[in-house]
Amino acid sequence: MIEVENLNVHFGANHVVHDVSFRVAAGETFGLVGESGSGKSTVLRTIAGLNAGWDGGMAVAGTPLGQKRDRAFFKRVQMVFQDPYGSLHPRQTVDRILSEPLEVHGIPDAEARITRALEEVALPRTARFRYPHQLSGGQRQRVAIARALIADPSVLLLDEPTSALDVSVQAEVLNLLADLRQARQLTCILVSHNLAVIAHLCERLAVMQGGRIVEVLTEGQLRAGEAVHPHTRDLIALSHALEG
Amino acid sequence: MSSLVEIRDLRVDFPTPSGFNAAVRGISFGMGREKLGIVGESGSGKSVTGRALMRLLPSAARVRAQALRFDGVDVLAASERQMRGLRGGRIGLIMQDPKYSLNPVMTVGRQIAEAWLAHNKGGQREAREAALTLLEQVKIRDPRRVLDSYPHEISGGMGQRVMIAMMLAPNPDLLIADEPTSALDASVQAEILKLIEDLVSARGMGLMLISHDLPLVSRFCDRVVVMYSGQVMEELPARDLHRAQHAYTRGLLDCMPSLSVRRDRLPTLTRDPAWLEPR
Repeated sequence: MIEVENLNVHFGANHVVHDVSFRVAAGETFGLVGESGSGKSTVLRTIAGLNAGWDGGMAVAGTPLGQKRDRAFFKRVQMVFQDPYGSLHPRQTVDRILSEPLEVHGIPDAEARITRALEEVALPRTARFRYPHQLSGGQRQRVAIARALIADPSVLLLDEPTSALDVSVQAEVLNLLADLRQARQLTCILVSHNLAVIAHLCERLAVMQGGRIVEVLTEGQLRAGEAVHPHTRDLIALSHALEG
Repeated sequence: MSSLVEIRDLRVDFPTPSGFNAAVRGISFGMGREKLGIVGESGSGKSVTGRALMRLLPSAARVRAQALRFDGVDVLAASERQMRGLRGGRIGLIMQDPKYSLNPVMTVGRQIAEAWLAHNKGGQREAREAALTLLEQVKIRDPRRVLDSYPHEISGGMGQRVMIAMMLAPNPDLLIADEPTSALDASVQAEILKLIEDLVSARGMGLMLISHDLPLVSRFCDRVVVMYSGQVMEELPARDLHRAQHAYTRGLLDCMPSLSVRRDRLPTLTRDPAWLEPR
């Protein structure tokens, strides 16, 4: 579903992503894990078309991606960001936030779709005419997920979707993502610095360091401690230590 | 253990258009020169408790307590002058994100020197020397270069080390760390907490570590106070965390995804209305 082939990203003179290649099958959830500055979010944002200055090959559903993305791409691929505070328009109601993708893509039947979208992410009906600041952090992230899903995408790009949330709310959002993925047969890429979160949702994952993929593992290999690269082993040891 | 902090029946209310909203609803605990963790979700009142002890809450907030004392000083009755001696002097506060708590247009060295000068007698040159020594103590590899850097030129982990250096300048008795590592990577998190732990032990300070991360806190503290909706649900030795009794504490521990155990669904927290009843 998603193919990335020798991707390189430059920010001015800085070469931040080096020769990154991976494939994600339809319906699969693929994890990108690493520390800040490892390039994991940059890879995700480049796929989403948020970074210029890349070379290499990328394709989604067999369609090669150019420097500019067309409307069909944005209908197929949607993104959820880390901080729902920053990614929702503060002066727009939830209703307005959810209407916008429908208008952009010319999708009819907004009324029914918005009602259904709110139900799907388990938000109360009363949330529809609220502003983001009137919602809790978990509710805001549900709005961001509803917005991403309302135009029926087949690919979801998730950039640290639960890092800004309490663990109790994180559990709810992770369960929600698992349900939606199942119900809609979504293909996902999940970026996180938290190995336990990655292991929970992903079938396979790539470990990044210094802009390169140093190791690709299955969830089973990760849990069984079969990682070979020293950086992966360090991350695993740390994760176990912090789990206590 | 001599009591450094005494909190008895602390209540904090914030005004809203429809009356007062209770953020802290009658909590009591004491601490000596030990490492105490305060854990809870956002909105549980854990940060407000730390701020109340430093009298750093907005003036509109209503703060009441049978006792709110730091080393015998009645925080509710103290003069502004006395409080200035406590804040940043005998009590240091480390906040979540060094990006926002450091002054962006002042070099790191000048900021640490300023903190030192505010609570010590001496000249500019001595203050700079003190800043350099402090940067060495927080294990910054190239302290001379960092001294003349601006906050945007250093990493998040280094920024947090600088914040710690600044707070150590007046030789405090208590360090309040409010989510000191939530903005940092896991590996940097562990380093910073280890650093705080070492400094607290070496200097014989008290540490109040405020965080939403239960396992993390239990690793670095002696004792943990678990808060929910402005009240203390449970207080227990950190090493007994896995034997926690309260359903809320258990719920918080259970809902975390784990690297060692595979679960298809994460248990979610069922909030018992009984937890809200006054205790």
